[in-house]
Amino acid sequence: MLKRLLLSATLSTILVAPALAADRVKFDFWHGLTGNLGEVVAEVCKRFNDSQSDFEIVCTSQGSYPNALQNAIAAYRAKKGPTIVQIFDAGTLDLMLSEAYVPARKLMEDNGYKINWDDYVPAISNYYADSKGVLNSFPFNSSTALMYWNKDAFAKIGKTEAPKTWEETFESLKALKSAGYECPMGWENDTWQIMEQFSAIHALPIATKGNGYQGLDAELQVNKTKFMEYLKLFKKGYDDGLIKIKSPETGEDVDQAFANGNCQMMMESVADHGSIGKTQKAGMNWDVAMLPVMAGMERHNSFVGGASLWALQGKTPAEYKGAAAFFNFIAKPESALFWSTNTGYIPVTKSGFEFMKAQGFYDKAPFKGREVAIVSLNASPVTEYTRGIRLGGFTQVRKEIRDAFTEIFSNKVTVDDGMNSAVERGNAVLRKFEKTYAGKAMP
Amino acid sequence: MEKRATFSKTSVGVMFVLPQILLVFTFFYWPTGAALYWAFTLERPWGGGNEWVGLDNFRQVFADRAYWGSISRSIIFAGATSFLSMGFGLLLAVACDRGLKFYQAFRTVFVWPYAVVAPAAALAFRFIFAPEAGIFSALVKSNHEFWNPAQNGYHAMTMIIVCYSWKYAAYCFIFFLAALQAIPRSVIEASALDGAGVLRRVRDIQLPLITPTFFFLLVISITDSFQDSFGIVDVMTDGGPAKATEFMVYKIYFDGFRGLDYSGAAAQSIVLMFLMMVLTFFQFRFIERRIHYS
Repeated sequence: MLKRLLLSATLSTILVAPALAADRVKFDFWHGLTGNLGEVVAEVCKRFNDSQSDFEIVCTSQGSYPNALQNAIAAYRAKKGPTIVQIFDAGTLDLMLSEAYVPARKLMEDNGYKINWDDYVPAISNYYADSKGVLNSFPFNSSTALMYWNKDAFAKIGKTEAPKTWEETFESLKALKSAGYECPMGWENDTWQIMEQFSAIHALPIATKGNGYQGLDAELQVNKTKFMEYLKLFKKGYDDGLIKIKSPETGEDVDQAFANGNCQMMMESVADHGSIGKTQKAGMNWDVAMLPVMAGMERHNSFVGGASLWALQGKTPAEYKGAAAFFNFIAKPESALFWSTNTGYIPVTKSGFEFMKAQGFYDKAPFKGREVAIVSLNASPVTEYTRGIRLGGFTQVRKEIRDAFTEIFSNKVTVDDGMNSAVERGNAVLRKFEKTYAGKAMP
Repeated sequence: MEKRATFSKTSVGVMFVLPQILLVFTFFYWPTGAALYWAFTLERPWGGGNEWVGLDNFRQVFADRAYWGSISRSIIFAGATSFLSMGFGLLLAVACDRGLKFYQAFRTVFVWPYAVVAPAAALAFRFIFAPEAGIFSALVKSNHEFWNPAQNGYHAMTMIIVCYSWKYAAYCFIFFLAALQAIPRSVIEASALDGAGVLRRVRDIQLPLITPTFFFLLVISITDSFQDSFGIVDVMTDGGPAKATEFMVYKIYFDGFRGLDYSGAAAQSIVLMFLMMVLTFFQFRFIERRIHYS
């Protein structure tokens, strides 16, 4: 690794004339991706540096999304922040309410770039845009949840297609159980798939005020919607042994359990499509499908997951020029193709998706199936409750609900009691957040 | 003639003290002061205004059932880990001090766990205790309810206590062994000549003579257990399942750094600081009186 770094460093110094190298404007980009994904980000940065000679982007992984957020805050407050920082969905609102960022549109206009903002996939841009629909940051790594299913196991129960409704899904799970499969579906008390995506796909409110977009005084509502029925169905499936909890504490996480062929279904991000392919049991046949809907209900677009890139305040005009050039670079369809080929993430623009389709990207074996994520995000026009979640302290709210799931699924509380108290505690978080930003209007 | 060494000028003394004061100020008073200020305001994470709210943050913290839960869990954890780590540390130290077979080798080996960093130890123990993959999976085969730290809070707590005690038993071992070896051999030989058995010698001679070490370790163990559990909890359980291993320090970390509720976390750390001060005060006030420094 170090050798490779040194090598690439030497190479780039040889390639770039020394006089130019001295003139290059350096600026920092902090992100939260690690492992394979982190290496691809480094690769993207290198491609940008090689593509021009005016700027040099220095990309640093902070280890995780929360770390990137914490470290950027600490550095920004000490006036040593990076020019660009990657912020995950739950960190969006705090930054949006602050004066710490340069709006994406202003940045690009000031530096003479014309960006077609309508080119972004609506379900992606709306998630990160403010209440008026204006993007303040650049959607970067984007994903959504899909249903992964084991084709071999389904063949044993005489099925060749993934179930489309939850009713069908539970029937299939029962059949899989009867066919002798120990773990028909793996799951890990995660809120993203079963609460957030389910609510979006069925256009059910998670919180009032359009999931928070229309004001800081939003209140959680998830315990009053059809989601509760679904959660009870899910709990029953768990009690019947159709759904098994898989986590690092039990010895095998959901992804590993699916890739090893131990669990036959799972709801997981399309971002993991690549790593499942790389780590799967040899010869195992599997595919992805959109998350099922409840029978008789209309399908809406699912939520985007991932993070967006923000330009922070307090930098020199030259650094902003570099940042704008970088944003322009990653918005190119060629960059989208490179990014999606090397990660499981999906292109964020329509032109990027069309370009990749035209290149035949989605026809080839390892990438086939990832287009389902785009279909899922485009399943309907974005509506009030499917545009996203704009709630303060959302990391804490998610944790309260996750804790409730854990208690419900270990039979400590009933579904209703667990969710009601989680919502009550979550609302306390929202009220404290509202008070912290007293006098601020929702941007 | 003046027996004590004194400085002729106050300024010389001040210069000697200055580096220390500077250090303590930078790394203790300044951050503590900032935390104290944040605890009485509502701090916005990205800066740009904070509002004075008086005791609101403290009121909120004390009105929260989950917070009281974290206090009682921290106290149970402190008690259990101090008891286990000091107990095992003492047992091993007495055995090594007696010069049983291979004691030189054991003396080295018993120290190692302390050199393992907490997250690494936690990773290893997470695997050992994993009901579907680790050593425990054999026990769980027949009955899944028997052991599942991913869903049962008591199991998760037990797992964390064992891991932490394993590491700190090594620490206690070092100090107990050093104390035992400092006891003059003649005292022990004399009692042996008088016909005192091994256990009798431990009870009547060795233990009373190492009480200062015992007291030192008690204070350190309890204080450390409140602060040092973080690395293990973060890797093994993330405070779960359903807050069952959420100690005071982990809650401060989660609310502050993950949840960006800086003010709530600041209030909690002030409470933790006072709790530590009170606990240490009580230990010195009531236990130290029974300690005899020779």
